[in-house]
Amino acid sequence: MNAPLIGTSVKRKEDYRFLTGGGQYTDDVMLPGQTCACFLRSPHAHARIRSVDTEKARSAPGVVAIFTGDDLAKAKVGGLPCGWLITGVNGQPMKEPPHPPLAQGKVRYVGDHVAVVIAETLNQAKDAAELIEVDYEALPAVVKVADARKPGAPAVHDIAPDNTCYVWALGDKAAVDKAFASAQHVTALEFINNRLIPNAIEPRAAVASYSRSDDSYTLYVTSQNPHVARLLMTAFVLGLPEHKVRVIAPDVGGGFGSKIYLYAEEVVITWASKQINRPVKWTAERSESFMSDAHGRDHLTKAELALDRNGKFLAMRVTTTANMGAYLSTFASCIPTILYATLLAGQYTTPAIYCEVTAVFTNTAPVDAYRGAGRPEATYVVERLVDTAARELGMDRSEIRRRNFIKEFPYQTPVALLYDTGNYDATLTEALKLADVAGFEARRQEAEKRGKLRGLGYSTYIEACGIAPSNVAGSLGARAGLFEAGEIRVHPTGTVTVFTGSHSHGQGHETTFAQVVADRLGIPLENVDIVHGDTGRILFGMGTYGSRSIAVGGTAIMKALDKIVAKGKKIAAHLLEAAEADIEYDRGTFRVAGTDRKKTIAEVAFAAYVPHNYPLDKLEPGLNESAFYDPTNFTFPAGSHLCEVEIDPETGHTRIVNFTAVDDFGKVINPMIVEGQVHGGLAQGIGQALLEACVYDPESGQLLTGTYMDYALPRADDLPSFKVGTQETPCTHNPLGVKGCGEAGAIGAPAAVINAIVDALAPLGVRDVEMPATPERVWRAIRAAKAKK
Amino acid sequence: MHAFSYHRPATLKEAVSLLRKVENAKLLAGGQSLIPVLKLRLASPAAMIDLGAIEEMRGIKLEGETLTIGALTRHAEVAASKDVAIGIPALARLADGIGDRQVRNQGTLGGALANNDPAADYPAAVLGLGATVNTNKRAIGADRFFTGLFETVLKPGEIITSVAFPLANRAAYAKFRNPASRFAIVGVFVSEAAGNVRVAVTGAAPCVFRVKAMERKLAEKFAPDSIARVRVPPDNLSSDIHASAEYRAHLVTVMAQRAVEAALASK
Repeated sequence: MNAPLIGTSVKRKEDYRFLTGGGQYTDDVMLPGQTCACFLRSPHAHARIRSVDTEKARSAPGVVAIFTGDDLAKAKVGGLPCGWLITGVNGQPMKEPPHPPLAQGKVRYVGDHVAVVIAETLNQAKDAAELIEVDYEALPAVVKVADARKPGAPAVHDIAPDNTCYVWALGDKAAVDKAFASAQHVTALEFINNRLIPNAIEPRAAVASYSRSDDSYTLYVTSQNPHVARLLMTAFVLGLPEHKVRVIAPDVGGGFGSKIYLYAEEVVITWASKQINRPVKWTAERSESFMSDAHGRDHLTKAELALDRNGKFLAMRVTTTANMGAYLSTFASCIPTILYATLLAGQYTTPAIYCEVTAVFTNTAPVDAYRGAGRPEATYVVERLVDTAARELGMDRSEIRRRNFIKEFPYQTPVALLYDTGNYDATLTEALKLADVAGFEARRQEAEKRGKLRGLGYSTYIEACGIAPSNVAGSLGARAGLFEAGEIRVHPTGTVTVFTGSHSHGQGHETTFAQVVADRLGIPLENVDIVHGDTGRILFGMGTYGSRSIAVGGTAIMKALDKIVAKGKKIAAHLLEAAEADIEYDRGTFRVAGTDRKKTIAEVAFAAYVPHNYPLDKLEPGLNESAFYDPTNFTFPAGSHLCEVEIDPETGHTRIVNFTAVDDFGKVINPMIVEGQVHGGLAQGIGQALLEACVYDPESGQLLTGTYMDYALPRADDLPSFKVGTQETPCTHNPLGVKGCGEAGAIGAPAAVINAIVDALAPLGVRDVEMPATPERVWRAIRAAKAKK
Repeated sequence: MHAFSYHRPATLKEAVSLLRKVENAKLLAGGQSLIPVLKLRLASPAAMIDLGAIEEMRGIKLEGETLTIGALTRHAEVAASKDVAIGIPALARLADGIGDRQVRNQGTLGGALANNDPAADYPAAVLGLGATVNTNKRAIGADRFFTGLFETVLKPGEIITSVAFPLANRAAYAKFRNPASRFAIVGVFVSEAAGNVRVAVTGAAPCVFRVKAMERKLAEKFAPDSIARVRVPPDNLSSDIHASAEYRAHLVTVMAQRAVEAALASK
């Protein structure tokens, strides 16, 4: 019973439910009298709405109600808020254009919401939606990041005539410019960080209901953070009393960031459920997901690295334009700033870094956090520069990294972060071994004989997870706290229910968190259940994003466990007739120090709920404790990713033949789950590097990659069998020593893949290949290089 | 999808008569192209005539020098068929590479040909082997069957019943697939039968086509090198977000060479 559970690959508790079809997803919710909603979406990237005629549609069979932007405006429904205020270099706050849940006056991207049709059946709602007559005056659209600030570009919002949301900067510009002026070598690159569509397997969905009896609402929604959704929706959009709204995020099939945000659909149907006094369900179709889930990345960047002749980094200068899309999604503004520029030190001692970011509006879907959120973009900048610099200086790519690695901790970067710990040499050394880099040259030559070009790419990345602390984030513009809450309920018989503000949508928290609790309480894993995703049952929660769950949510649970143990000691002292100070606790057993007199946690719990022999004069009965935890710092997972590719020079096709990832996540609770998280992240990172690209027609703003026929998600046969390993340098400021692992794969992989491709093509004179490195792009790079020679 | 009336005839005769009687009707075979279009509400036929119950349009027969495949035979059945493996193994391999598992278990030969998607695999095999498309009315040679983007010589009321493939000495299909759809960006089917060589290209243009210049060179000498310098001009080829016409033109030569190489390796 007392064997340690932390660090063991126990099978996932939730899998029986999922594998036997017992999962309860939002679309599985069926309420009596439920209606179906269909959103009429804009076919134009930019248009003025002259009129919306719903008369014909209203008399279509089965229609219950139709609402437009005008109806919401009349009801004083507010706009969707942005949760992070960025202040620009000019001291001015970012431009925050109104974001009405249903368009008012103008539509601003293909898929923008124009009206909602609520009917008895979904097909009736869709049929009726086709009968709505919208008189659009099509307007010219601005689509590409590069075009947004060009003179004469159409303005997406009147309040931002130059389409600029903000111009923001971080770092010491004067110091950087000075270092560049005297540097012996400068490596410069320009690139696009390609726009991605998240593609969670479960599309977004919501079911809203209203109860007249107590004027309350219940919203089931595919959310990564139901408390945040409730707070934003009640306080900022609908003006409802928060305690009258219950938000439940039941089983959720993947999020990757796209389900953090408050979206128009759930707000509109919550409001509508009261208007029609019936439950309303909306489930996105896949094509709606493509059009209207918040997208990721979409940066245009110029980056320079100044070095001395020995390859020592002197300074870095980065200028980025980031696409916000047509409206500011919930956390859009902080992704290319707070979560991007702060990461540009990477694993290196670069003494001076300056980064300027211009955020622009375009007539495309909103862009926000997507797995990695800012950090993959930063890693791509740093690691592409480092590999390129090594090649230009004729240095070995491990050597240039080792020469610049941060080796002493804590380390204050020039871009605001304070790294608490790390061992970058260790992960690199292990990765080189696991990837058999020593044998690469022989493999390269063998491939050459077969007419294939082999390349090896490095990416030694860092990420900042468990974004914190709240007061610092607040001073940087966060409009929310960044703590987490947890509650431990020890039942009279010693079994335990844990309530956590984290939300699991594929991460396996029901297992990992149970391992932590069972380990600490010395009880069997099956005696612990994890409850998450329900504002009606959980005290509070900031939810799951940014690889924060174990580091922040897990720590809140640990703090609540500490309180359980502390109270347990008091109870045990009474039961054992000993002084509290003499009670020792070790995984489920309270013992009088130096004796064999002991009580188990179950015995203590029973005494707490059947307090016959109990110090009632000094102690409340019961054994139920909660805690809030606000981290003192970020955690800093880091690792070394090595990618080996083989390129067919005739077609330009790239095959990944080996991918090695050695990550330092601090203490690992469940190695199997961590490995699964790494695999998933790598698949998405490789997807970005080789396959995925969200493409809008640059003139019309039509989404050209709106289905899986055109948007290439990686499949199993696009990927190699990964070699993964971990190194453990425990985080210094949380009790579990954990750092988080959810995003690492997506952060480290893209640079490793492109560096490998460039390595394979470098002998031909190729210096860069744009992501995704499609066969045609690689073929063209080869052809252009050959033409130059 | 929009509402439609649904018919499921048990015989070809019944299907033909329904097709004549019911207005604005669409034939449904495997549904792998049609159903998604309906779900996206991009088409709204008044009626669907589901051919799925017509047994006489199913099955694979190898007789003499001809492999005949019923129009309703599914890709997975072709891929797994012993007769196909013996008669034209390249055809089995082609079928095994169509779409994904679901598409192969549901999609049919006749459906694919009638739809004539510019990037579908089967048209390359039909044209590349010089097969004959049989309908309820006539037998149509492959060279006449495909007429343009999603267009064939099929007339209203005409239903493909089977396809007769002449056996080849050697044949192979080389496909450079679209990573998203797994359709062909460029697919080249090459066959040689009694000195007669055919090279058919799918994916590259609005409609499958033959490359006679390659056929002549290969008839002289059936080897990859024979066509290394034969280029298809990009002018009439397709350009889209997945590949430019120029790249497709390049791939036609590369894939044709690879098909020849594979055909040689198969014998």
